[in-house]
Amino acid sequence: LIRSINDPEHPLTLEELNVVEQVRVKVNDAESTVAVEFTPTIPHCSMATLIGLSIKVKLIRSLPERFKMDVHITPGTHASEHAVNKQLADKERVAAALENSHLLEVVNQCLSARS
Amino acid sequence: LTWGLRWQLLASASYDDTVKLYREEEDDWVCCATLEGHDSTVWSVAFERGGQRLASCSDDRTVRVWQRLEPGAQEGVACGSPNPTWKCVCTLSGYHSRTIYDVAWCHLTGALATACGDDAIRVFEENAASPQQPPTFSLTAHVPRAHSQDVNCVAWNPKEPGLLASCSDDGDIALWQYQRPEG
Repeated sequence: LIRSINDPEHPLTLEELNVVEQVRVKVNDAESTVAVEFTPTIPHCSMATLIGLSIKVKLIRSLPERFKMDVHITPGTHASEHAVNKQLADKERVAAALENSHLLEVVNQCLSARS
Repeated sequence: LTWGLRWQLLASASYDDTVKLYREEEDDWVCCATLEGHDSTVWSVAFERGGQRLASCSDDRTVRVWQRLEPGAQEGVACGSPNPTWKCVCTLSGYHSRTIYDVAWCHLTGALATACGDDAIRVFEENAASPQQPPTFSLTAHVPRAHSQDVNCVAWNPKEPGLLASCSDDGDIALWQYQRPEG
């Protein structure tokens, strides 16, 4: 699932850039939880929030409603990881962001399949 | 946001991890207290009947109970401060496994209900008070799958003791009858 998300600044997928490592996806089906830890390409990467949001949206659209999704930055790999993690964890904030049609379009572009 | 009836107070819960209290001053409302202590977003606040205590719930998975203190009651506070201060007298931690979205304080029975992102509803009751000791609460009810998704709100019926309403991301509203445990 995570493999096919595009980095907004690069036409390659996140996995090819080593932005998201698959080993850091933990699924607990019995408890209906998914935790994704992603490592931004650069510690000050300003796209981290957008990448995280795209991952979150992809999970929301792909998984059954019963799942609790936790998307956060790999500890120690980003300058603003606390602030980014907090935004990604706030479901009202995420919902509000996705009401922004421009932002939604960017997210959809990140998520669209590579041609 | 919630109103404290007796003291004409407005309380707000914030993404900045604090609770702020506002009172009316002439034609405007001013911030008269900032309650710090939670480690993450505060999602909701609820006053106890009488307005002397406030409960707050947070993304940090705890509920905090704050006690209003008359101005000058706390040592070290400068004299002449007209605003009462609020002190955290109890923290309920270890009960909730995810964000707590709402807390409701029953004005009939004093019971505290919480709405949690782990789909559960919990009720806490205060233990018999020892005069100089801070308050303690016990978990008296826990419904693990109250809903099939996050519980966002809980509300006690103001007239009928034990009647609790809840709502969830799953689109349902549920009504519950809470019975205080015997003994």
